[in-house]
Amino acid sequence: MSTVTATRTAEAVALAPAPRPAHVRVSFTQAVYVIWLRDLIRFYRDRARLIGALAQPVLFLVVFGVGLSSALGGGRIFPPGLTYIQFMFPGVVCMTVLMTSIFSAMSIVWDREFGFLREILVAPIERSAVAVGKALGGATQAMVGGVLMLIFAPIVGVRLTVLGVLELIPLLFLFAFTLTALGIAIASRMKSMQGFQVVMNFLMMPMLFLSGALFPLAGLPDWMTVITRFDPVTYAVSPVRTALFSNAGLSPAVLDRIGAEVSIGGYTLPLILDVGIVVAVGATVLGFAIRALQARD
Amino acid sequence: MDRDGDELILRGRAATTPLAELDGSSGDVITVRGLVKRYGPVEAVRGINLDVHRGEIFGFLGPNGAGKSTTISVLCTLVEATSGRAVVAGCDVDRHPQQVRARIGLVFQDPSLDNQLTARENLFFHALAYGVPRQERPARIRAALEMVGLADRADSQVITFSGGMKRRLEIARGVLHYPEVLFLDEPTIGLDPQTRARVWEHLREVRQRTGTTIFMTTHYMEEAEWCDRIAIIDHGRIVALGTPDQLKDRVGGDVVVVTTGDNVRAATEIEERFGARAIADDGTLRVDVTDGAEFVPKLVKGLDVEVRTVTVRRPSLDDVFLKLTGRAIRDEDVDAGAAMRQMMMRRWQGGRR
Repeated sequence: MSTVTATRTAEAVALAPAPRPAHVRVSFTQAVYVIWLRDLIRFYRDRARLIGALAQPVLFLVVFGVGLSSALGGGRIFPPGLTYIQFMFPGVVCMTVLMTSIFSAMSIVWDREFGFLREILVAPIERSAVAVGKALGGATQAMVGGVLMLIFAPIVGVRLTVLGVLELIPLLFLFAFTLTALGIAIASRMKSMQGFQVVMNFLMMPMLFLSGALFPLAGLPDWMTVITRFDPVTYAVSPVRTALFSNAGLSPAVLDRIGAEVSIGGYTLPLILDVGIVVAVGATVLGFAIRALQARD
Repeated sequence: MDRDGDELILRGRAATTPLAELDGSSGDVITVRGLVKRYGPVEAVRGINLDVHRGEIFGFLGPNGAGKSTTISVLCTLVEATSGRAVVAGCDVDRHPQQVRARIGLVFQDPSLDNQLTARENLFFHALAYGVPRQERPARIRAALEMVGLADRADSQVITFSGGMKRRLEIARGVLHYPEVLFLDEPTIGLDPQTRARVWEHLREVRQRTGTTIFMTTHYMEEAEWCDRIAIIDHGRIVALGTPDQLKDRVGGDVVVVTTGDNVRAATEIEERFGARAIADDGTLRVDVTDGAEFVPKLVKGLDVEVRTVTVRRPSLDDVFLKLTGRAIRDEDVDAGAAMRQMMMRRWQGGRR
């Protein structure tokens, strides 16, 4: 670099700032931090989006929760002490996480359209850091959204315990990370916002409906049981529901009757395996997301 | 620009530096050899050779669709070249894109600021992403904002900024990490003349203060005049390269612009009687002559057609372009091929407008 500097004109050198070091390395952690922090500032500033992301789950909770509870005769089909609205509550928390994650990942399309993505993609930072930072940013937002939904717990009659909430937060975060990574993998291949509706209708909604968030996975027809086991969201809803309910004092027998824990071929998956599946799916889609961001024209 | 004496017009001829010496130590901050970029069947850039000296303002001039944006995208590592080599700030764009990125600043054609953030926050994130040391960040951000006259709006959200302010903020951001080269893709497009002049003022200040090389594309001829050197690009090839004066000297002498009662007949007459070529341009005829003052009386007397107006002026870059390509740079829609190329490129590049 010194030979290069020497060829500058005398005038330029006199006014020039100290020559930059030849190898400024932006560490992976710092790069992740940049992307994450920016996402969070935007999230904080754009509170309308947060309200929008919470509106739909609340609508589900109120309309479906109250409506179906009445239609099912006060939830008589559920074991004593559990109404439909209580049953679906953990599902709605997951729904909030799902929607906030995907919305946040979709902002990558928005960024592309408004050029900001280019600023990030020409910065001397690893593309993998962009993907990880973005996934962490989305996950943080979604986790906040999910935790905010817990405000409604007392209203629908789900008892919260400190332990239950503490158990819930990392679960929601992992779940959100996986979904955001999935969203990024899709969004980074999309060129316009028009594809967004397609993603909504053909990915988000089926993933939500088949996950056991809104109805018990016990006693379904075989074909549907099979499909639900391929839905990654299934393995997120189950630990969230178990964490909320077992800490609220529901007996394992009741949990079993509502199919709270996923079983495959009669084998009930332990919590660690559910989480493992979510993490594995997350790691895989994150790989795809990184690949998509690395592509140059 | 003391080393311009040796600059010659490059036309289809390879530049002098052999490939082996493309290490950036020659005093050229950008070296391009045989650069080709194809988008599917469309050849956007067809073999470009280029050297940009350290510390100069280098203009890349040409009509829309000529290959300017593609070339700049390759140099900025956003697009991979089909073949050829480019070395920017001593690093090969193909083999070491990350190192190139650390050494260049970019101002895009479309604003790439985060509208939700304030001016200061946009610069702060840039400083983080480019590894500006923590203790230097506040001072550098302040200096950059002052340089572009936005210090008083530092804490306003960018969404409240005008187009000119955004462009200035982008320039401040582009130099925040002390790049060796600042690339600007049509930095003044869509801005009113007053704002354009201000952007230029800031660009010159950047060069003054930091010695940063500035590489910009433009299709405004007036702007190209302010560059130290320019390359004229057409149909993906460089057709001329040199200082504005050198290029204008190629036209030679003066430009006489006449309007007549019958331009077609007048053109034939001028060619027959004066041995000069008359180029039709927008309802007028242009004739390049050695001495305009001497030529005009002879012309008026010698033509059978009625002469309505006569203007004599020094050649402009417009004239250079017209002479080299046979058409004016503003005739963007004349060439169906260029339009087609542009359309294809847009499709390939995705959401760019």
